[in-house]
Amino acid sequence: MATRIDTLEPVPLPEPERSPDRRLSPREWMRKNLFGSVLDSILTVVFAAFLTWAAYRILKFVFVDARWEIVERNLTTLMVGSFPRGELWRVWTALFILAASLGFGAGALALRRRREVAEGRAAPAPRSLALRRVAPLVVLVAVLLWFAGSFEALGLVVAIALTCVGFNLLGRRTPLRLDRFVPLLVLAGTLVAFLVIVAFGGVPWTNWGGFMLTIFLAVGGIALSFPIGILLALGRRSSLPAVRIVCTGYIEIFRGVPLITVLFMGAFMIGFLLPEGVERPDPIVRALIAFVLFTSAYVAEVVRGGLQSVPAGQIEAAQALGLSPFRTTRVVVLPQALRSVIPGLVGQFISLFKDTSLVFVIGLAELLTIAENLTKQPDFIAQGLIVETLLFASFIYWTGSYWMSRESQRLERRLGLGER
Amino acid sequence: MLQAVFLTAVVAFLLYLVDTVVWNLERLGIPTGFDYLDQPAGFAIPDSDFHSSQSLWDALKVGIANTVKVSVLGIVLATVLGVLIGVARLSTNWLVRRSAALYVETFRNIPVLVIILFWYLGVVIRLPPIGEAVDVPGLGIVSNRGIVVPWFDKVGGATAFGAIAAVGLLAAAAVWIWRTRRYDRTGEPHRRVLWAGGVLLGILAVGFFATGAPWTVETPERGERSTTGGFRLSPEYVALLIALALYTASHIAEIVRGSILAVPRGQSEAANAVGLSGFQRMWHVVLPQAFRISVPPVSNQYLNLMKNSSLGVAISYYEITKITRVSISQQAPAVQAILLLMVLYLAFSLLIALVTNVVNRRLTLKGRR
Repeated sequence: MATRIDTLEPVPLPEPERSPDRRLSPREWMRKNLFGSVLDSILTVVFAAFLTWAAYRILKFVFVDARWEIVERNLTTLMVGSFPRGELWRVWTALFILAASLGFGAGALALRRRREVAEGRAAPAPRSLALRRVAPLVVLVAVLLWFAGSFEALGLVVAIALTCVGFNLLGRRTPLRLDRFVPLLVLAGTLVAFLVIVAFGGVPWTNWGGFMLTIFLAVGGIALSFPIGILLALGRRSSLPAVRIVCTGYIEIFRGVPLITVLFMGAFMIGFLLPEGVERPDPIVRALIAFVLFTSAYVAEVVRGGLQSVPAGQIEAAQALGLSPFRTTRVVVLPQALRSVIPGLVGQFISLFKDTSLVFVIGLAELLTIAENLTKQPDFIAQGLIVETLLFASFIYWTGSYWMSRESQRLERRLGLGER
Repeated sequence: MLQAVFLTAVVAFLLYLVDTVVWNLERLGIPTGFDYLDQPAGFAIPDSDFHSSQSLWDALKVGIANTVKVSVLGIVLATVLGVLIGVARLSTNWLVRRSAALYVETFRNIPVLVIILFWYLGVVIRLPPIGEAVDVPGLGIVSNRGIVVPWFDKVGGATAFGAIAAVGLLAAAAVWIWRTRRYDRTGEPHRRVLWAGGVLLGILAVGFFATGAPWTVETPERGERSTTGGFRLSPEYVALLIALALYTASHIAEIVRGSILAVPRGQSEAANAVGLSGFQRMWHVVLPQAFRISVPPVSNQYLNLMKNSSLGVAISYYEITKITRVSISQQAPAVQAILLLMVLYLAFSLLIALVTNVVNRRLTLKGRR
């Protein structure tokens, strides 16, 4: 048989298939994607009709029927609650400092990535336009400015954006020997921004409100939960049964109950857990404690996933080098585990960002609470404006968490976590 | 040694907490045990027969029933909607695919509490009052006092019918087993759902008429100020149910989509090769395997839905959280009430976890543990 193969006519190769991303003409595209079969055509028509109707209703409401006056007049309250208006310059200053330090940090990070790519230690990042990446935030700020309707605010926002871009460019020029101080710098900047608001005769954070409080609770909650979560995760994987049982118990109990019960615990129980003479902490502090108790259990599970992803060979190698268990964990295991944990942590942060709305139930003046309370103002009472205020609040939550989840997906792709 | 120190520290800390709590409670003259549960509640629960002289424990039982009511139906609705949207996200039709993606991205990124408040304050309680209620013949009456749906009305002979129904169930089970055995022996299509369902329906139908039609379906009637007959779903229940179902469906849709994508491509290609139609390929080859992958994450979503039902407290739906909240403001000791509430939720969590674990174990392929 084998000999006869030579005599056969060469089999013509099949036509190379057209590459799938060849541009289809609009007609072809519609045939393929909208009217592929009878059922497809019916579905297309039904969906198109429904979507058109829904879009018409929504757009008509947003641009014609809605009475946005309630949001326009209360924008400052929605953003900062009952923060003293005379001290608002502190918030603006803090925003400038934050923009500078975060922009600088992002620039330095981009530089570090470029160096890693150049040295062949990392895959190049997927190309995407910077403007596209921050589009949700730009939309958010644009809408806020539209509601604010003041050139002063517009000027300040433009100045903040320019500061951010400027420091970003500066960050991209960090000399290599200063690279390791960048995280410290960003942290210091954040702290200074915080201090500008609270210190030097400023406003204690127990008086914060609105969207500012949302962000404070989310950032503060995740920052405090992170170290506790790491300890809990390490404890859950400890070789000591007592430690393991206690940590597992903590994690599973807090993961088994709704956040609202933990907030109730903070609101109604903490007073009973303190010895006599100790003042009951402020409601915001109690809520923060509740968020930390709850979130650290979830962070622990995220970190545990990261710990499990570190190959056993790494630990064995560290032991073979004679590292102590503590140093093995600190120098070998944690750095590798925490790198793969970042997207999970961002996910947890997004959950927390949305969950801060639950303080509505215990009456803290957070964004959602204010949105609901506005409809009880004398000028707006009983006019059914709740849809407007809730839409505004959902828009803020939505853009925030949509932007973060997209960034986290990007990060995940870049770390190549999905492909392992 | 280290363990002993750690354990001593933890135990000492817990003892200290308990001691402080007891000491604080005694100092303030608040009872320390759980006897408070036997005392009259002092509040009434709307949409139930509960009255304020019944004990707090009875109130909690009503709350448990309400939590179960909204969780179970919510889970069913969220699953159906979630699977539909998850499959739609992979549709070949561009418009369908994008609409499903739009739905998922919208609902996943808004806090569930906002969705609940929106449905309650923005939609359900702004429905027309009863005088102008929307009456959909045969389906129900929609007004700002809730939705009234047709419901069964007991006439008599229900016990006898119950007995016949039980017999029917047994017979159906027997037919099911018989068809399965026959399929194992001969390889002939078992069609056990058809067979068992047919037997059950037949026996139920015969029983229904033999006992003189013990149930009639009663359609609600609209009056000037109230409705008569039918089964009323309170506005709070409707809002919470819809919001929880919509929110959880967006998460389930993502899981379903991921699970379908996780089924190896070779499976669909093989299904194509043996000449199955698109629907057959999905129904017999892809979905069963995707289902297996999706059980653990979906069960997590069921747990979340049950836990999120605690947000009924924000719109005064009387589930256990709301009842605990009210009882605390009615002088029930906060520490015990909240601990009891947490224990109840842990029990619910455990129950759902147990059920889904059993399902998961039955579905796991042998040798793939």
